[in-house]
Amino acid sequence: MKDFIIPWNDRDMGTPAVEGAPVTLTVDGFEVTVPEGTSIMRAAAEIGMSIPKLCATDSVEAFGSCRLCVVEIEGRRGTPASCTTPVAEGMVVRTQSSKVKKIRRGVMELYISDHPLDCLTCAANGDCELQDMAGAVGLRDVRYEAPENGSLINHFEPRVGDQPNPEWIAKDDSNPYFTYDPSKCIVCSRCVRACEEVQGTFALTIEGRGFDSRVSAGGPLDEFLTSDCVSCGACVQACPTATLQEKSVIELGTPERSVITTCAYCGVGCSFKAELNGDELVRMTPYKHGEANRGHSCVKGRFAYGYANHSDRILNPMIRDSIDEPWREVSWEEAIGFAADRMRGLQETYGRKSIGVITSSRCTNEETYLVQKLARGVFLNNNTDTCARVCHSPTGYGLGQTFGTSAGTQNFDSVEKVDVAIIIGANPTDAHPVFGSRLKKRVRAGAKLIVIDPRKTDVVRSAHIEAAHHLPLRPGTNVAVVTAMAHVIVDEKLYDETFIRERCDWNEFEEYMEFVRDVRHSPEMTEMLTGVPAEELRKAARLYATGGNGAIYYGLGVTEHSQGSTTVMGIANLAMMTGNIGREGVGVNPLRGQNNVQGSCDMGSFPHELPGYRHVKGDEVRALFESKWGVEIDPEPGLRIPNMLDAAVSGSFKGLYCQGEDILQSDPDTHHVAAGLAAMECVIVHDLFLNETANYAHVFLPGSTFLEKDGTFTNAERRINRVREVMKPRNGYADWEVTQLLAKAMGADWNYTHPSQIMDEIAETTPGFANVDYAMLEERGSVQWPCNDAAPDGSPIMHVDGFVRGKGRFIVTEYIATDERSGPRFPLLLTTGRILSQYNVGAQTRRTENSIWHSEDVLEIHPHDAEVRGVKEGDWVKLASRSGETSLRATITDKVVPGVVYTTFHHPDTQANVITTDFSDWATNCPEYKVTAVQVGLSNGPTEWQREYNAQADRSRRILPAAE
Amino acid sequence: MSHEKLTRMANQIASFFATQPGQDQAERVAAHLNDFWGPEMRAELKAHAAEDDSDLAPLVRDAIPLI
Repeated sequence: MKDFIIPWNDRDMGTPAVEGAPVTLTVDGFEVTVPEGTSIMRAAAEIGMSIPKLCATDSVEAFGSCRLCVVEIEGRRGTPASCTTPVAEGMVVRTQSSKVKKIRRGVMELYISDHPLDCLTCAANGDCELQDMAGAVGLRDVRYEAPENGSLINHFEPRVGDQPNPEWIAKDDSNPYFTYDPSKCIVCSRCVRACEEVQGTFALTIEGRGFDSRVSAGGPLDEFLTSDCVSCGACVQACPTATLQEKSVIELGTPERSVITTCAYCGVGCSFKAELNGDELVRMTPYKHGEANRGHSCVKGRFAYGYANHSDRILNPMIRDSIDEPWREVSWEEAIGFAADRMRGLQETYGRKSIGVITSSRCTNEETYLVQKLARGVFLNNNTDTCARVCHSPTGYGLGQTFGTSAGTQNFDSVEKVDVAIIIGANPTDAHPVFGSRLKKRVRAGAKLIVIDPRKTDVVRSAHIEAAHHLPLRPGTNVAVVTAMAHVIVDEKLYDETFIRERCDWNEFEEYMEFVRDVRHSPEMTEMLTGVPAEELRKAARLYATGGNGAIYYGLGVTEHSQGSTTVMGIANLAMMTGNIGREGVGVNPLRGQNNVQGSCDMGSFPHELPGYRHVKGDEVRALFESKWGVEIDPEPGLRIPNMLDAAVSGSFKGLYCQGEDILQSDPDTHHVAAGLAAMECVIVHDLFLNETANYAHVFLPGSTFLEKDGTFTNAERRINRVREVMKPRNGYADWEVTQLLAKAMGADWNYTHPSQIMDEIAETTPGFANVDYAMLEERGSVQWPCNDAAPDGSPIMHVDGFVRGKGRFIVTEYIATDERSGPRFPLLLTTGRILSQYNVGAQTRRTENSIWHSEDVLEIHPHDAEVRGVKEGDWVKLASRSGETSLRATITDKVVPGVVYTTFHHPDTQANVITTDFSDWATNCPEYKVTAVQVGLSNGPTEWQREYNAQADRSRRILPAAE
Repeated sequence: MSHEKLTRMANQIASFFATQPGQDQAERVAAHLNDFWGPEMRAELKAHAAEDDSDLAPLVRDAIPLI
C-alpha cells in the first residue's frame, strides 16, 4: 500500500470546463478537439501547452484583463486574449509568434514595475504565478521608473524619499488565517471573482479605477475580519501572488509535498490536499478533483486543523478507580488491561448485556466497523449505537420504509441541474457550507428556492439570492406543512400520474390521496397551527410540482422532532408524487451532520442492524457474520443510546466504550445523561481531548486525528473517500489499532495490520460495498455505494430504474402535536442549530482560531419578545425549560419570528442541552432537540448549575504526574 | 426504566400506526416493538401491562400478546 500519494494532475487549465459539441482546431500546428465554448487557452492546455496568464484560473470565468495570454489566429485581426476567445472549427492558433512574445514581455514589464522585488524573502517564493510568468516570458529588464514626486509613484514602498507614500496601504492581518498585503496586489480580480462565483458571498470588490484600483473587503472602514468575508479561503486559493497568503505559509515556509485526503468536519466530505514539509502540516487546500467539493472549501476544513496540536490534546492513556479521583497516566498496556478486566468483570457480575459501545461518526468506516464488531463479536451483544441516533436515525427509518434504503438519492453535482430546490430544516450556508455555495451558484443561475424553516436563514435572502418562498413554520409542525403541500398537489391535480403508475403502487396512492385530500390538511386549515400563510404554501407547492427538476434538501430541522420519521416519509411522498426521483437534478437529499455519519450507519452501528442495514433477526445475515467471526450473534436488538442511559440509571447497564463522541454535551437532557454516566462502573472514553463525557470516565484512551491514520469516510452522497495518513499518530496508535488492542485483551483473535484489510472484510460481508477496495479507490479517487457487480462504477444516483424496495410506497402522514408545548410558564419555543465557524460540540473548532467568530453561544430573540422582557442586546438572560436552566447572552434579531428563540450548542459553558427534554422521535428515539418550551428572563450571569458544573469538570480533569 | 417512559414511547408508536389504513395496526405496533426494542424493554412493558394497562393506548394493549 502506498503511504504517500502524489496528487493526480491538478494543473490549472486556465478557464473552466464546458460541455458542448466537439470542435477541432490546431494550436501551433497540433490538432486538438474540445467541446464547443471552450477557450483557446483551455484547448491549448489540453495538449500540454500553457499559454502565459495571470488573471485566468480554471475556478472562475475568464475575465480578459491581464492581456498576457494573447495569441494570433490565422485570418483574424489583432491579438485576442486566449482566455476569453472561444474555439471555432478549423481555427489555426499561434501561441508563440514574435508579435505576441513582445506584447507579453511588455505587459510583464509594466506589472513588475509596480511590484516589490523581494522574491527571496516573500512568502510566495516558489509558489508565485507572477514570478513564474516573468520567467516564462523571458523578462530581463524593467525600464520604467516612477516620475519623481509625481502621482504615479508605486503601490509597494511605504515611503518614497523622506515622504510617506500615499499609494501604500498597510497589510491587513485581521483574519486569523491569512493576510492581505495590498503592496503585492496586481489587481487581477481573481479573488473578487472567486468570492462571487465560487463562494457566493460577494464580500470583495475592486474599488477605484485605473492606477487607483484596489481590492477591498466590505466598506471603507472594514478590514477582512469585519467584512462579510466567511474565510472560506477561495480568494487565497485564487490569488496568484503573496497578496492573499496563508499565515501558516508565512510562518512555516512553502510546502514541498502533498497528500490527498478527506475533511473530517461536516457530511459534505470535501477532498483536500494536505501540504507538508516532512511531517509538519503547512496548509490544507481544497482538491479540485474532489467530486464532492470541486475545489471549494469552508473555514473549518481549510483552516481549522490546529486542534491536532493543541496543548489540551491528551497523548497518554489514563485510568482511575472512581471519577472523583484525579487521572493517572499509565502505559497503553496497563490502560488496556485495566479496561478489559473491568469490562469482563462487569459482564461476569451483571450479565453479558450489561456493557456496550458507542461508535463514532467522526472516525473512519474501518474504525466504526471494528467498534460494532467489538460489541457483537467480543461482548456478544448488540449494544451498539452511534450519534446518528441523535441526528439522522429518522432518515434511516423514513426512507427505508418508503424507498427501501436509507440514503440520499443524489450526488452533490446533481444540484447543477436543479430547477426548484426545497430546503427544509437545514441551514446549508452555515452547516454544509460548500454545498451551500454550490446551491447558491445554481440559484444565481436561475433556479428557484423554497425555504421551510422557522428562521430567516441566509438562503432566504443574502447577496444576489432570494428564496421564491419562505415558509416560517412554528417549530414542531413540519408534518402539517409537508402534508399540506401534498394536499395542494393532489387537490390541484399537479401529481405525475405516469410516474406513480410506473414506479409506485397506484392503489396505495389512491388510499393516500383519500387521506391527504381531506380538508383538514388544506393550507387554509393548517395555517392557524403552523403559522404559514396558506397562499404562500399553495404557491410553494405549485412551484415544486410544476417548476421542472425539483430537489428536496433537508437537515436536522426535519429529523430531530417527535415526528421526525413521519416528516421524512412526507418528504419522500412529495418526491414520489411529483416524479422527482431517479435522475439528475431531483431527489431527496438528507444533509448529514458529521463527516462519517452515513458511513457509521452503513457499518452496522445500530443495535438492530448488522452492516448494510440488515436486521439482526435475519438468520442468513447472522450466519454470514457468525462464520466469519466464529461467534454466535444475538438475534435480538440491543440498546439504543437513550435506552443505555435509562438502563444505567435503573442499574442494569454498567460499562460503556465511547469512541469519538461527547454524549454529555451533545445529547439531550444533560442531567439525565450525567446521571446515567455516573451510575456506570466503567466508562471508557476514546477521544482527542478530555471532553465533557470524560468527566465521568474511568479510562481515557487517547485518539488520533484524521491526519494520522488511513481509512475511508462516506459522505452524505454515499461517496466513499480515502482518508490518508499524512503524519504518524502523535498518541502512538491509530484508533482502529486501539480498538483492536482492547478486543485482543478481551480475548479476541484479531490481527489486522492495515485498514485496507478491514475494508476487504466489509466488502466480503456487505453487498453494497462488494467491489470496494483500496486499490480501486487509489485509482478512481472515490466511489458512491452501492458498488458491486450490478453497479461496478458505483451509483451517483439511486432508484434510477426502480426503487430499491421495488415499488415506492406512499405512507399516510397524520400530524400529531408533540407533548412539548408552550404554555403560561414556558411561553417561547427554543430551537437549536449550528453556525459556520464552530462544529457540533466544538471540541475541535473551539481549539482553533475559529473562536474569533463565535466565542460563546448566544440566544437569538425577536425584538418583540425581548422588549416585553426588558432584554437588550448583549444582556445576560436565563433560559429555563421543564428540564433545566442555563444562562447566556442575548442577541436581538428578526431572523427568528416572535415566539421562537434560537441558540447553538457549541460551548460546554452554556450547555444548551440542559434545557432540551427527553422527548424523542416515535420510531427511532431521535431526540426532539428542535422544540423545547422555554421562558427567558434577565439574569446576572451564569446559573448556580453552570458554576457547579464547571467546578465538577475542573475537579474531574485533574491529572497526576506519571509515576516513574 | 421508568414505566412512564416506556408507556410514553409505546403509546407514541401506537399513535402513528393508529393513523395508518388497514386492519393490522396492532400487528404493526408489535412488529415495530419487536424490531427496535431490546427483549428487556419488551419484557418490562409486558410486565407493566400485566399489572396495570390503563395508561396504555388501546393499540398497545392489542399488541402486547404479539410481542
